[in-house]
Amino acid sequence: MSELEGIYTIWLREIIRFWRDKSRIISSLVQPLLFLIVFGGGFSFVRLGSLSYQTFLFPGIVAMSLVGISIASGISVIWDREFGFLKEILVAPISRTSIFIGKALGGCTTALIQGIVILSLSFLIGISISPYSFLISIGLMTIISLGLVSIGLIIASFIETFESFGLIMNFIILPLILLSGAFFPLQEAPQWLRIISFINPLTYGVEAIRFVIIGFSYIPFPISLSIISAFSLTVILLGGVAFNRQK
Amino acid sequence: MFPIETFNLTKKFNGLVAVNKVSLKIKEGEIFGLLGPNGAGKTTFISMLCTLLKPTSGRAKVNGFDIIKEQNEVRKSIGIVFQDPSLDNRLTGRENLEMHAGLYGVPKEERKKRIDEVLRLVGLYERANELVRNYSGGMKRRLEIARGLIHYPKVLFLDEPTLGLDPQTREHIWEYIKKLAEKENITILLTTHYMEEADALCNRVAIMDYGEIKVLDTPENLKNSLEGDILMLEIKNGKNFFEKVKKLHSVKKIHIAENKISMTVRNAEKFAPKVLEFARKNKIFVNSISVRKPSLGDVFLHYTGREIREEMGEGKEMMKRRARIL
Ligand SMILES: Nc1ncnc2c1ncn2[C@@H]1O[C@H](COP(=O)(O)OP(=O)(O)OP(=O)(O)O)[C@@H](O)[C@H]1O
Ligand SMILES: [Mg+2]
Repeated sequence: MSELEGIYTIWLREIIRFWRDKSRIISSLVQPLLFLIVFGGGFSFVRLGSLSYQTFLFPGIVAMSLVGISIASGISVIWDREFGFLKEILVAPISRTSIFIGKALGGCTTALIQGIVILSLSFLIGISISPYSFLISIGLMTIISLGLVSIGLIIASFIETFESFGLIMNFIILPLILLSGAFFPLQEAPQWLRIISFINPLTYGVEAIRFVIIGFSYIPFPISLSIISAFSLTVILLGGVAFNRQK
Repeated sequence: MFPIETFNLTKKFNGLVAVNKVSLKIKEGEIFGLLGPNGAGKTTFISMLCTLLKPTSGRAKVNGFDIIKEQNEVRKSIGIVFQDPSLDNRLTGRENLEMHAGLYGVPKEERKKRIDEVLRLVGLYERANELVRNYSGGMKRRLEIARGLIHYPKVLFLDEPTLGLDPQTREHIWEYIKKLAEKENITILLTTHYMEEADALCNRVAIMDYGEIKVLDTPENLKNSLEGDILMLEIKNGKNFFEKVKKLHSVKKIHIAENKISMTVRNAEKFAPKVLEFARKNKIFVNSISVRKPSLGDVFLHYTGREIREEMGEGKEMMKRRARIL
């Protein structure tokens, strides 16, 4: 009971902080939309069968919006450590696992809010998503972002100071997005790029979301769904272990 | 059962022995003061007791629970006010307290009442809904103290609780701490660099230096243990006069600084005229002379010496203060 309450408390804190940081909300919404408008517009001459490039890109943009916010919220533990608040949480009578769950759910919720907002803007570019697909997308986004928050938490439990924060954001987030097939169709990509993309777990997330939203994907849905689920589950477990270990 | 019991508790940081075989028993409802120069190991000692640091060797029990094997039980029964800042600056004062109440499972019905109570205690009730980042350094400290008190812990650790507070607030906090110990039977382990605070609050005091307990007793007994009064003398000329005074019968401990001397003597009231007489004979002009009972500060200096610790002692303290202000 008190563990549940602890999880809720930590979750709530993430939500309050997210809500209060208006500039972060706006910037993290504007960025994906900018990509959608500029790339979607700029490459409007490209057609993939019956699909416009913008339509193809949209699911990728949804995934992209998840990546930044999820990983950043996991890594925010470094801030808590630096400003001393982590001690207050660590000394409280709840298990490390609960702290981890609260953090992961908090990060996941904020990422979902963002993902849902972007998803609902799909009508702007003429994509209509059935309520059924919408629900499945939310489920998928939950799986993906829980995994990503866990990656952030794992990183945070290994690095001590936030000097390396920018470095990590650039060396992990950017490649993760660029090499995920979010921006280009895998079937058309050169061999080397395709191989790297197949190693990138996010690719399967992007592909799964793409299938659910626009009914098209290179990797068959059952495969992408299983791989991304297995991956998320693994990093969540690893994250739990890493978090339990840290001092 | 003792609420706090340690046996040869030791913590080493790569060779540096921060806490060295400390064995203590603290009684229920006691306010126990841990004094010591910067870097003595006070915070490290507390961190082990509140399960944030793993001891290198030795054992300890808090509220009857082993600090290594029963961490969760230990955490449930303690409250702590950290030496370093530990608030969430992006939440309001009240939200910080609500977080804490949630983490410690304070019953919902009682939450508001307790939070209001501690907010009033530290004089932050009116400003509770402002973001903590807009608080002054002292207000932040007061909020941290309030937070440590919300859940009525069995054992309360206060690591320099009144650092940077004005005298008014400090007196309020003292009164409340005393009340907690008496009425709620909460056991309190407190560190401080304010000797008058330790004297006013603590039932017993331990003086720690280089990770070891040098002496442990009631403030009264400690002061009496110096066996004498402090006689201070300021002279205008002839510093070598002090060398002669030193040799006078019954001078126990002496400290010379420039043209001032302070010494511990028995029956200072009777000794003072003798010293004056002696000065007159030596043609020494006395600026001032005073006699007082030893304070806890004298005891502290007696057991820990007068050198600043590790040179950086002072600087570290300054940095901490600055960190608070920022
Ligand atoms: N995490 C750490 N790693 C290495 N050394 C440490 C660590 N924490 C403390 N120390 C060292 O252990 C010693 C004791 O430090 P501690 O903070 O316990 O002192 P303190 O008595 O609380 O001092 P102060 O009055 O300045 O707060 C110091 O020499 C300090 O540098
Ligand atoms: Mg300290």
